[in-house]
Amino acid sequence: MKIEVLGTGCSKCQALTEATKKAVAQKGIFAQIEKVEDIMKIMEYGVTSTPALVVDGKVLSSGKLLSVDEIVTLLG
Amino acid sequence: MFDWWERIVDALVVDLFGMDKTSQAGGAIHFFIYDTIKIYMLLVLIIFAVSFLRTYFNTEKVRVYLQGKSEFTGNILAALFGIITPFCSCSAIPLFLGFMQARIPLGITFSFLISSPMNNEIAIALLFGLFGWKITALYIGFGLLVAIIGGFVVGRLGMEKYVLIPVVPMSGDLEDVEIKLTMKKRVKESWNYTMDILQKIYLYVLIGVGIGAFIHGYIPTEFIVKYAGSNTWYSVPLAVILGVPMYSNAAGVMPLIEVLTSKGMLLGTALSFMMAITALSLPEAMILKRILHVKLIATFFGIVAVGIMGVGYLFNALL
Repeated sequence: MKIEVLGTGCSKCQALTEATKKAVAQKGIFAQIEKVEDIMKIMEYGVTSTPALVVDGKVLSSGKLLSVDEIVTLLG
Repeated sequence: MFDWWERIVDALVVDLFGMDKTSQAGGAIHFFIYDTIKIYMLLVLIIFAVSFLRTYFNTEKVRVYLQGKSEFTGNILAALFGIITPFCSCSAIPLFLGFMQARIPLGITFSFLISSPMNNEIAIALLFGLFGWKITALYIGFGLLVAIIGGFVVGRLGMEKYVLIPVVPMSGDLEDVEIKLTMKKRVKESWNYTMDILQKIYLYVLIGVGIGAFIHGYIPTEFIVKYAGSNTWYSVPLAVILGVPMYSNAAGVMPLIEVLTSKGMLLGTALSFMMAITALSLPEAMILKRILHVKLIATFFGIVAVGIMGVGYLFNALL
């Protein structure tokens, strides 16, 4: 599983990355977490508000700082 | 709406504390207790209502709605969407470029960028709590007008060349974005958001109302009328300039403006001040500087400042 956190470097984006790491640890799954700060790459996902959470190329959430529990649910 | 609460505070201050409501100390304490609790109640109510409404919208959806809209209609729609769409200035860059990518004209994007921070839920809730619905409606109405005309003017200046990052416009139309959320989740999300905001601003509100209560009880009206109430030509621009650095403290400044207004500060000057606080945000300008030429940002700020001052002068002249 490849998880990307899209954000241009705001504090919320940092917080979402941390929450994602915790969620992945909690679920005990193997996932590659990447923080995407390049605006051109962010645009390619059609996201206009950050932070956004992308799993295997699919945008699951944008413009929200999700809680660890919410991410766990989203990861399925 | 809050008569019952006023009666409780009356009883508390007069009967329990044994103070005279018309005395300086009694007046200040009554004002402080009454105002802070009333404002907190309204903040919770309004922020919750607005954020609940906002679970039905996001900027991705707005982009779909605005795509292909003609100039003037687009400006009006963008300004209106600014009220009900959640937007944080940290998302200014992806929003700006994303709109360009969808071939939405620069002017329409700016209408959204002006309206969205101006009509933020904290400002609306505080205005409603402190000034009542009439002033809130005036603020929103004239805020929209500034956003529509401001964006329209920016659009007419042909400043596309000042966007520093080359955006490749997409071909074809965007597909509508679906927001799938259960009612329970919408309520939970809005409630969490409300508490989050409240946690961030409650102290500012408390300090703002505290200083307001002090002014209310101890500073004579003549003093304020002399410095903020006079209809001299420079009071409005001065209010706008003072408002710019106060962005992050809107929650603390609004209660002060209320007291100043009740003590003689002119309403137009007060409106200009409030709009400058929310619409002219330095942090947002710093973020936009990464993708926009300084000339475009300065033009954007200049046009908004002129519009806000226009509102101030208009009201000072009319009321």
